[in-house]
Amino acid sequence: MAKTPRRTWTFRRPSVIPGFGLSFGYTLTCLGLIVLLPLAGLVAKASGLGISGIWEVATDPRVSSALRISFGVSAVAALVASSFGFLVAWVLTRYDFPGRKLVDAAVDLPFALPTAVAGIALASLYAPDGFLGAPLARLGIQAAYTPVGIFIAMVFIGLPFAVRTVQPLIAEIDKEIEEASATLGASRFATLTKVVLPPLIPAVLTGFAMAFARGVGEYGSIIFIAGNLPYVSEIAPLLIVIKLSEFDYGGAAAIATIMLGISFLTLLAINLIQAWSRRRFGYV
Amino acid sequence: MSGASRASSHTAGLTERSSTAIRVEGISKTFDTAAVLHDLSIDVRAGELLGLLGPSGSGKTTLLRIIAGLDAPDRGRILFGDDDATGLAVQERAVGFVFQHYALFKHMSVADNIAYGLNARRRAERPARPEIKRRVGDLLDLIRLSGFGDRYPSQLSGGQRQRVALARALAVEPRVLLLDEPFGALDAQVRKDLRRWLREIHDRTGQTTIFVTHDQDEALELSDRVAVLDRGRLEQVGTPDEVQEHPASATVMKFLGDHVEVEALAEGGRVLVRGRETPVAAPSGTIGPVKLYVRPWQLQLAEPEAAHLSGTVRSSYRSQGRQRIEVADDQGRVLAVEDFDGIRYPAGHPVGLRINGGHVFG
Repeated sequence: MAKTPRRTWTFRRPSVIPGFGLSFGYTLTCLGLIVLLPLAGLVAKASGLGISGIWEVATDPRVSSALRISFGVSAVAALVASSFGFLVAWVLTRYDFPGRKLVDAAVDLPFALPTAVAGIALASLYAPDGFLGAPLARLGIQAAYTPVGIFIAMVFIGLPFAVRTVQPLIAEIDKEIEEASATLGASRFATLTKVVLPPLIPAVLTGFAMAFARGVGEYGSIIFIAGNLPYVSEIAPLLIVIKLSEFDYGGAAAIATIMLGISFLTLLAINLIQAWSRRRFGYV
Repeated sequence: MSGASRASSHTAGLTERSSTAIRVEGISKTFDTAAVLHDLSIDVRAGELLGLLGPSGSGKTTLLRIIAGLDAPDRGRILFGDDDATGLAVQERAVGFVFQHYALFKHMSVADNIAYGLNARRRAERPARPEIKRRVGDLLDLIRLSGFGDRYPSQLSGGQRQRVALARALAVEPRVLLLDEPFGALDAQVRKDLRRWLREIHDRTGQTTIFVTHDQDEALELSDRVAVLDRGRLEQVGTPDEVQEHPASATVMKFLGDHVEVEALAEGGRVLVRGRETPVAAPSGTIGPVKLYVRPWQLQLAEPEAAHLSGTVRSSYRSQGRQRIEVADDQGRVLAVEDFDGIRYPAGHPVGLRINGGHVFG
């Protein structure tokens, strides 16, 4: 390893800060105990069913529709959250207006709010007789007790992630870059799309991934507004809770493992896209 | 001017060739209550390399940005040739602007950076793809970075980045090239090389160029003409020789290099120091006490009976063929003298100083 003459890979690099062994061991232990052990337990529990058992759970129409709803609506919600989040971050960093600090602080509310509180607030707001639900109902849109409600809740909780990941990068944009583009004759639109936005793409993707992951895992703020009708507005985490309350631990673990697998693949894909866009759009 | 004759062989986008490429007329600008430019006028000749020289806060960068259209003046006009450009947007002015910190597009390759201005044109005015490629290749040759087209700005050194920025600005064939402290972020050796190289490029292309600097040496070495700015006012415009030999004001004198201020008396058209006549002529009509500004090389060690000033040697050293002697005068001020005869005086040695030249401002 480190002592071989052909130094292809060194385990540690010289550093002025001591304690590499201790901190590295500590990191591995924590990661193992807190993250990997529970996941391993989950997979072990699910593997009691065997591949065919898990497949059976996965192809159960109620389970597969819940998975479709969870991942599908999360993806759409993350898309909306990251585009709106980008706009919010842009306005908050590029413009100065009275109350800017207040609005900026309000962005964090979905972080801080207990999810059940958010859920009840959204449910009462979007109920058919609610403040927003009533006018929507007159337009023929029913938000509560449909995937639309799930979508609203997921956008709500995903927005802060999308805003906070792009905000520091927007603040860092060099004004001279825009001026250089303008002196070269580029229109404002071209400056925006060719010079300003491309370097932000990796951050926007990170925001998307975080909003997506949060949406898939969200429970508290969704179940009140969703109505939880099987095949219509039932999310996968809720199905796990239902299985657990029926003492079907194997089934719950199977759904959880499937979610774990899909989440892992999705995040892997997003990370690959990100790595590519970092290379393509440089640095950061 | 040699600059104008160079320009006549060059065919830039100007339809009517007049000797004045850019006219700045009575420009005033105020930022928050602080005035940065006061009723400033200057003519830039076609094909010349004009240096805007001034201390920080003199308004030179603001003037450059106003010419580019990046800032709007409160009053006054900017004329490109015979056309009033005051109301034109940056995009319509066809200027090339080079920033101190390069402002390259980091996510684009060097070639894409250079081609940016051409690609940004409307379809009808945009050159065909092979033509763009050819021009980018030519410009890469010009900045001596052929083969670097596929690199990204982060893979280049500071000097290389600034050359790319220059090529990017030249690619659109601008009416005028504006450089804002172009070498400010680079170290001394690179600065020196780039200066010489910029001069070469200018001589080859005849591109009308204005550059901003706070470095006198840079301005004097590079410029066809130097414009000295101070606190938002134009102090003097002239060739490097003119501003050095005939500075228009004490500010110009002070800003262009080391100097000593000597109390003197104007009498009968001559300037006297301690009752002894100096070779300096007093401005007509000036009588009484005046300030005489003297450069180090206008002071000479002399016998006490011929000296205008006296003091003791504090230190002396030799550098690049010149002896530089620092003399403390009887008031404790330190004067620098440049001398070529090579006599070494020990510290503490009493000496007399003779004034061989200088400037008095009315």
